[in-house]
Amino acid sequence: MAQRVLACTGCHGREGHAAADGYYPRIAGKPAGYLFNQLRNFRDQRRHYALMSGLLEFLDDDYLREIAAHFASLDLPYPPPLAPVGTAAQRDAGEALVRRGDAARGLPACNDCHGAQMTGRAPFIPGLLGLPRDYLNAQLGAWRSGQRRAQVPDCMAQVAARLSPEDIGAVSSWLAAQPVPMHSAAPLEPQVRLPLACGGVDAPAGGASGPGR
Amino acid sequence: MKASKTSIALAVVAAAMLLAAALVAWLNRDDPAPPSAELPPRVGDVATAGSGNADPVARGEYLVRAGSCLGCHTEPGGEPYAGGRAIETPFGIVNSPNLTADATGLAAWSNDDFWRAMHNGRSRDGRLLYPAFPYPNYTRLVRADSDAMLAYLKSLPPVARKSRPHGLRFPFDLQASLAVWRALFFRPARFEADPARPASWNRGAYLVETLGHCNACHSRRNAFGATAGPLDLAGGLIPVQNWYAPSLTDNAEAGVGDWPAREVVAFLKHGVSARGWAQGPMAEVVARSTRYLSDEDLAAMATYLAALPRGQVDRDDAPNAPPAPPSSSGAKLYATHCASCHGEHGEGVAGAYPALAGNRAVALSPPANLVHMVLRGGYPPTTAGNPRPFGMPPFATVLADAEVADVLSFLRASWGNRAAAVSTLEVSRYRGAAPR
Repeated sequence: MAQRVLACTGCHGREGHAAADGYYPRIAGKPAGYLFNQLRNFRDQRRHYALMSGLLEFLDDDYLREIAAHFASLDLPYPPPLAPVGTAAQRDAGEALVRRGDAARGLPACNDCHGAQMTGRAPFIPGLLGLPRDYLNAQLGAWRSGQRRAQVPDCMAQVAARLSPEDIGAVSSWLAAQPVPMHSAAPLEPQVRLPLACGGVDAPAGGASGPGR
Repeated sequence: MKASKTSIALAVVAAAMLLAAALVAWLNRDDPAPPSAELPPRVGDVATAGSGNADPVARGEYLVRAGSCLGCHTEPGGEPYAGGRAIETPFGIVNSPNLTADATGLAAWSNDDFWRAMHNGRSRDGRLLYPAFPYPNYTRLVRADSDAMLAYLKSLPPVARKSRPHGLRFPFDLQASLAVWRALFFRPARFEADPARPASWNRGAYLVETLGHCNACHSRRNAFGATAGPLDLAGGLIPVQNWYAPSLTDNAEAGVGDWPAREVVAFLKHGVSARGWAQGPMAEVVARSTRYLSDEDLAAMATYLAALPRGQVDRDDAPNAPPAPPSSSGAKLYATHCASCHGEHGEGVAGAYPALAGNRAVALSPPANLVHMVLRGGYPPTTAGNPRPFGMPPFATVLADAEVADVLSFLRASWGNRAAAVSTLEVSRYRGAAPR
């Protein structure tokens, strides 16, 4: 399989890397359902990046599922976290949002869905650690502006809509500075109860969509 | 008497304009619709062969796929056939309409209305249609096929989606301009089977010239966006997308005069064959159209394509002198980025990575497709015969234009390849093209 997906590893590499036009996130070891959903989202234009959409345009769900399973099965070490940035007050604000959310604004804690260890919940919910601050900033910003979308109901879009740019900066800075725990793989929790309805999680993986509809 | 001279001149001009308008109107008159039941003379076998199904809805689905309707009439990620895809043309944007059985789509359309659109290029309300809708090809559709296609489209779940107006520039947005274009470049026509040829050739001709509208890409368009007609398959640069659709009549490009028919069938059915793989816009054709066709129909297309009159592409940019010896920087880039898959000597890996040595797609002029492949990479479509394709990584963020030019010039002049060098300017031009 590795020979068939050299088109992916050229950019995403072993651990992801930054390039002139943005950051290519690590895909190794992310939950298979999450990766499959992202592949579908790029192919079906819910996420927008021309190179990704172009590569996936004519690939069907079965093959995307196989590609996702391949990368989910990889177990590669994580790099050490970034040095913390921003003020102590900003980091505290970030940590508070991640761990407790903000009930007054209807904001669930990141932990509520992404797990107490923030390593995600297989098969659909990704971990939040081991990602650079710029990437987290860009993704939360894209969700807030509607540029990045997921299956309906799009719970992350609802969360991001309630975040201010300052909140996003605080959350991203705090998350990027946390070390990845030894057991970084997302534990399998398919029947998870979530504070919001999420189309990408509740819907069974698969469905009839594909380029050959 | 001077005044009357002026008025005579004015009257002459007015009369000439009236005559021209009348001529344009006359040249835009509809070819009347034959009644639904009437099968066209001599081509009854052409209409029904291959699809092998008597149920009009199932037959219509097959024909709609053969006609490659899905790609243009579906917004990326949108409901199938609900329209809304913005098609960029040199004259502005054409927004594809909704073909589902909703009131905003084809719910109210009769068989006669649909035939009028396919055959005469007119909408239900009489409006002239833009030829981004390939009615210069579909005009030869037989009536029974047109009826079956509508039966299928009307069986689709209705999607309420009002068609967006086109975004064409003046004067292309005027019906009068379109009327003049049609007077110059379009006449309704009927498919005429050639009794001297076997049935499979005739079926192939019908699929290639009419439903498949192959020449919409595989021919040159003039300054007004018109092709020389459905029979011209001599290759051309696809406007806006800037992929080169190679000549189907030149065996040095994409002609199949020297291919075994089974390789042509494999290419159209699976997207890959021992002789090449579908890339760019052709990957879309395989993914959305030809992979659904019966082996019998694909063989008919192969028969027709193999029998096309051979011609060599007359290129104004063909190299007169042998290409310059490959640069050492190109060789270095090749060794770093390409050789691990395509081989040290461009030999590739059978069934996985295409050979570059002796590959005619590498030698095409203009080198547009090579540039696109290097910048964007790509996967051939998943098909029954190729369910787990190998892919090429994009190098758009890795290589600068000059490096792409260097490495392409190197491989176009290595291992027996003798094609012209690629300039940095060409790479920049194709990099700027809109993503497909």
